[in-house]
Amino acid sequence: MASDKRSSEQLNSDPKRPSDHFDAPVTAVTNPRLGFVGYLRFFWRQLTSMRTALFLLLLVAFAAVPGSLVPQQTSDPNGVIQYKADNPSWSKVLDFLGVFNTYSSVWFSAIYILLFISLIGCIIPRTMHHINALRTPPPKTPARLDRLPGFLRTTDAVTSEEDADAGVASARALLRSSGYRVRVFDGSVSAERGYLRETGNLIFHIALVGILLSVGIGGGFIWTGQKVVPVGQSFANTLSDYDSISPGRWFSADSLEPYKLTVTKFDVKYERQNLNAYGDIIDYTTYVRASQPGTKTVNETIKVNSPLDIGGTNVYLLSNGYAPVVTVRNPAGKVVYTQPIPFLPQDTNDTSEGVIKVPDGLAKQVGMVGFFYPTECDTGTCGVAPTSVDPSLTNPVLTLQVYTGDLGLNSGKPVNAYSLDPKKLKLIAGQGSGKAGLTLRPGQTAKLPDGLGTIELNKVIRYVGLDIHHDPTQLWVLTFAVLVFLGLITGLFIPRRRVWIKAVRRAGKVHYEYAGLARGDDPRLDDAVAEIARKHSQLLGLSMKQ
Amino acid sequence: MHEAVTQATLVTDSLVGIYSAMFVYALAFIFFTYDLAKRMSAARQVIAAPVAAEVSAKRVGQVAVLDRPAGPPPPGFEVAARPTRSFSARLGMIFTVMAWILHVGGTVLRGVAAGRVPWANMFEFTLTATAIIIGVFLVMQFWQDLQFLGAYVTGFVLVFLGVATTNFYVDVVPLPPALQSYWLVIHVFVASLGTGFYGLGAALSIVQLIQARRAAKGLNAIGAVPTAEKLEALAYRLIVVGFVFWTFTLIAGSIWAEHAWGRYWGWDTKEVWTFIVWVIFAGYIHARATRGWRGSRSATLAIIGFSAVLFNFTIVNIYFHGLHSYSGL
Ligand code: HEM
Repeated sequence: MASDKRSSEQLNSDPKRPSDHFDAPVTAVTNPRLGFVGYLRFFWRQLTSMRTALFLLLLVAFAAVPGSLVPQQTSDPNGVIQYKADNPSWSKVLDFLGVFNTYSSVWFSAIYILLFISLIGCIIPRTMHHINALRTPPPKTPARLDRLPGFLRTTDAVTSEEDADAGVASARALLRSSGYRVRVFDGSVSAERGYLRETGNLIFHIALVGILLSVGIGGGFIWTGQKVVPVGQSFANTLSDYDSISPGRWFSADSLEPYKLTVTKFDVKYERQNLNAYGDIIDYTTYVRASQPGTKTVNETIKVNSPLDIGGTNVYLLSNGYAPVVTVRNPAGKVVYTQPIPFLPQDTNDTSEGVIKVPDGLAKQVGMVGFFYPTECDTGTCGVAPTSVDPSLTNPVLTLQVYTGDLGLNSGKPVNAYSLDPKKLKLIAGQGSGKAGLTLRPGQTAKLPDGLGTIELNKVIRYVGLDIHHDPTQLWVLTFAVLVFLGLITGLFIPRRRVWIKAVRRAGKVHYEYAGLARGDDPRLDDAVAEIARKHSQLLGLSMKQ
Repeated sequence: MHEAVTQATLVTDSLVGIYSAMFVYALAFIFFTYDLAKRMSAARQVIAAPVAAEVSAKRVGQVAVLDRPAGPPPPGFEVAARPTRSFSARLGMIFTVMAWILHVGGTVLRGVAAGRVPWANMFEFTLTATAIIIGVFLVMQFWQDLQFLGAYVTGFVLVFLGVATTNFYVDVVPLPPALQSYWLVIHVFVASLGTGFYGLGAALSIVQLIQARRAAKGLNAIGAVPTAEKLEALAYRLIVVGFVFWTFTLIAGSIWAEHAWGRYWGWDTKEVWTFIVWVIFAGYIHARATRGWRGSRSATLAIIGFSAVLFNFTIVNIYFHGLHSYSGL
């Protein structure tokens, strides 16, 4: 009976799975005295147990929640500023806990790193065990099949020894052709299939580690930069030409591949048929001429959802707006300033705000805060305060408030191009100054107060806000994600099962018995055993009792 | 202008379809509920005669209740007849099928009116996802009698259709550039498939908890409802399919995010919640493989997971304005 016992142990245990895996045998808890190594081993076993994995998984889910309720520095920096202004004291607590940077905080990292250590500690022994299992033939046929799932027995029997052996041989052939790995014992066939289930499961878990490593290691090579380009102007991929850049840890300016993009045209399509959506934007297209040293200049387009892949970077269209082109002249009529100024859209009708800074060439430094209305509503309909009623460039108006004083450009500190610090400035035209602000339509010129000079609105063009990204992790992450998915399907839906066919002698006659054993979820086990029993008994011309 | 008129007609037809579907679902709900009530009272059937020794009976309050007897009942006892396929449940099924045809029709018309797939805002997504829930529920019937879930499923869908038509409704408008992508077709549709499977899995888990609790109290199982173990196995199979769809949704969403926003992952609120849901269900799958966590504990995880799906779809869409502001509200 010793062999019987061993085989039933083999049936149930899967020693390299964590000891609290559902299928693992219950091991008696012993309390040996633990030395240092013993403690380490105990700790390691705890960390790599199913229960710990489950706990850490649920902890990750739970720990991710606060960061979704509070704006995050990385994805929504303005939201963070607003939130801190609204809840000053509570924000201090959150700041201390790193909740505004949840996903790179120490505690969040600690949890997922522990989880992945546990995962690796789980994968390694299981992989070794699985490689072994792949090389090991199926286990011995159990002594009795009648207590196993799907058990069936033929009612007819064969009598001759040759027939009995032939039955076993045909059982072997049948199981093999059904995709089972088989092993013939004396009077029985033991078969197993679905090793791919475990392979898939391991690939799934290993690929998860792959994703984490790709992001963790590759993340230092990612950099992203921003550049605002008015139509007609160019962007060159050199460090000095970026408006801003956030370099990864391993970024070096030498790694920028030289290329140049000239924005030739920017098209916007508005909805004009559907009155429920009148004026909604239905398409943006940026036309660029792209040139790289040693290659021909080509025409390309950049759209939302369709970035341009060039020189090791992807170029995305992330924003756009109007850029009034203004010319400022001194009292002698000499041009001291002329350029397009990108204005930031403020609402769906593209009312936009922008700042003009003229530091040199006039008697004083001049700063202007402007509002731009692409389609100004006539005062009869909308009242005196200018409003835009459509985002298209139909009836454009630019209004300006004028300041003089220190623009703060000489201090060497970086200043925001889109705002004016009024501390050292004096308002000389516009509400609150006693003088009316300036109002300009394309082609019009207005006098600056105090005889400072003139300003002309030449025309209004478009600009595009481009994001330039270099992300070498993408391909790796994608590859591992595909493996995660394939591994998942294989690991979940391929049934791993054992099937036995046994010739049993009873009163000098040989009956055949069939049974199976599921290893993991296997809803169709009984059907599968029945199908094999049906085919086999048909081959032998025997009939069956259910 | 002619185009606009036909579009307006289609939109109205679509709404008529949805409202009619809601009416018929309501009928189905009534019949399913009636059927459930009957099953419950049958399970609570009081035995008038004195309890024989060989029949194990337990006292609950003042009422003796018969355990589910193994084999034929002993002479002298009448065991509550179990209506396996009651008339009212069958009516419920017929109405559900009718309602579903109207529902799918209304959803398709909405897509035709918009000239694109009908899942580009919360209103449309609700129409599609609820149609999928009912679709999966109906298809499952070929495999396993799930009529006991009829009241839950039709009730759930009715509530969501009601909220969608009154609170989520938006006119047909063209897609903003960010949503013009074939990933909208794939990503969002697979997300609704996942939602459908999770929803049914969670429903089975709820019934599983009820059955387990009744069994623990020694009460009769509810008539013609599978045992807790059977329900757990069914729930697992549905949830695992849901998990595969959800994994795909997560991957497809990252690819789309890369195209549209220039990064595949940015911890945007919607991304975080999709991730949380994924991790909870990974936990569920693990729980089912961990000793001591099968049964009611893993069922509870499934229910929490689906609650997170609903939270992600309702609260996150409405109150958190991340990049995913596609609700149209
Ligand atoms: C990053 C964390 C993890 C995630 C997201 C995860 C996810 C999953 C998923 C989805 C499955 C089912 C898919 C399949 O069978 O292919 C699974 C199965 C499994 N995982 Fe993990 N897992 C993680 C970590 C771990 C760890 C740390 C362990 C070891 C303690 C582990 C052990 C297992 C085992 C043994 C199974 C098979 C379950 C069964 O027999 O049905 N996993 N895991």
